[in-house]
Amino acid sequence: MKTNKQILEGSRAIALTINNIKPAVISAYPITPQTHIVEDLAKFKADGIGDYEYVRAESEFAAASIVEGASATGVRVYTATCSQGLLLMTEVLFNIAGMRLPIVVTCANRGVSAPITIWNDQQDVMTIRDAGWIIMFAENHQEAVDQHIMAYKIGEKLSLPVMVNIDGYILTHSYEPVIIPTRAQIKKYLPDYKPAKGKYLDPANPVTFGAFARPQYYMEIREDLHNDLRDSLDLINEEYEKYNKLMKSGSTASLAVGPLNDGLIEYYGPKKAKTILVSMGSVVGTMKEVVDKVKGVGVLKIRTYRPFPEEAILNILKKAKNVAVLDKSISLGHTGPLASDIKAAAQGKLNANIQSFIVGLGGRDITQEMIKKIIGEVGKSDEGVRFVGE
Amino acid sequence: MAFGLWVLKSMKQIRIHGRGGQGVVTAAELIAIAAFKQGKIAQAFPSFGVERTGAPIESYARIDEKEIRTREQVYEPDVLIIQDATLLNVIDITKGAGKNTIVIVNSSKAKIELNLSLPKKNIFVIDATKIALEKLGKNIVNTTILGAFARATGLVSLSALKKAVKEKFKEKGKNVIEKNIATIEESYNSN
Repeated sequence: MKTNKQILEGSRAIALTINNIKPAVISAYPITPQTHIVEDLAKFKADGIGDYEYVRAESEFAAASIVEGASATGVRVYTATCSQGLLLMTEVLFNIAGMRLPIVVTCANRGVSAPITIWNDQQDVMTIRDAGWIIMFAENHQEAVDQHIMAYKIGEKLSLPVMVNIDGYILTHSYEPVIIPTRAQIKKYLPDYKPAKGKYLDPANPVTFGAFARPQYYMEIREDLHNDLRDSLDLINEEYEKYNKLMKSGSTASLAVGPLNDGLIEYYGPKKAKTILVSMGSVVGTMKEVVDKVKGVGVLKIRTYRPFPEEAILNILKKAKNVAVLDKSISLGHTGPLASDIKAAAQGKLNANIQSFIVGLGGRDITQEMIKKIIGEVGKSDEGVRFVGE
Repeated sequence: MAFGLWVLKSMKQIRIHGRGGQGVVTAAELIAIAAFKQGKIAQAFPSFGVERTGAPIESYARIDEKEIRTREQVYEPDVLIIQDATLLNVIDITKGAGKNTIVIVNSSKAKIELNLSLPKKNIFVIDATKIALEKLGKNIVNTTILGAFARATGLVSLSALKKAVKEKFKEKGKNVIEKNIATIEESYNSN
């Protein structure tokens, strides 16, 4: 299928995609930090080109609650948030996963207070890392567009919520070429949402959502949620392959879908890389640029962060001598969250020296020079977490 | 002003300096849209400060024949656009500029009066404020200066720039589009 490439702001690209996905209800709270995504969606509605209910909420907590309630009635919903807004939504986001509602939320990653920051990093999403959501990261506009469409398919198939992460400003406020699949193309891949009887609030078939669970039940329900998330790894890959076949629009179109490029990860670099850099989101583009100039170094991009794709990651990292993990967030008092996850996955399975580097907090620009510096430093000392700000 | 004859052999990086309220971000977006209209790959993004009228702001654009992956800000610009010459004394505006960097400055002063420590042959001065006040009726020079940019660098054509203005300002209406195109033409054709 062929579609026209356009040059768009990242937020606009996502708004157009969401409009083509045809959610029934969108709710958002319009304040800094918010993005043009929900502003554009409000405008589409006002202009008569969006056929959804648009509910302007009185807070991010309310916006999350509104989409939660709407989703429970069995319709497709959407909201976007980031930073302090995401923190305010947190309680509801845990509930959404527990109630198994297939809600898709865009997080336009930004730092959190204090000190006050409006700029990009990925600290916000780490707050809900353990909430039971599928968590994806996009490198560029095209990947963001594609992931949103796949997110609804995967979420609705498994009754799981999905958060698509796009770096605030770097992707939300930038212009670059992108293809927006049409409604007809999307419909071929993503059928209308029709939850099964008894899976939504319906006066004819009364059900309870988020009921009280006593100690003899709670643990099994949480275990089920965990197991379903683990099982979603295979489906995410299947859907990635299906989507790419149907759309052939991905920025990764030159890469064959396979062990180096699937719904979970993407590897870019030489087959036998001595050093592998690992990261998530837009910084991977800058890293790819560096890898082309430095011999023996590869980049591993994590597309799906939760569920955590250990197997795919270890398969790439098994031959590397040094692994530098670049986190745009930190588990304060410990290490970078992704570094921590990779170290745990590597336990007893990898000989590589795995080191945590913290970059780009609160909007600090991540330069190619910094990445070269990290390549030079990894494996030379193991003094724990390193902050690289210049 | 000479006609730019740059052939796009490798990625070109553009850095724009101005103040909040002068349309610095829009200028970078217009460059990217225009380059895209000519079949190039382009990227534009801002370096936001706290959004405040008058505060120094930078924006960036990149143009290439192939996919642009890097996201870092522009540290070694091929083109420097200075929308507000009062910034020359405020920040190290030419940082990273080299002997081949083309500089386009909005100023009513002569080239030598600006005291820029870069090769004079690469510096193009345009009184964009005067043109903008005449054609737009307000001191917003972001579109005006792009006429000089197109002329001096050849990185985007005048017609692509006009198409970009039509697309970007579609919701602002015909009058705004026509005025902005007039100001770009005036700047493109001025010496």
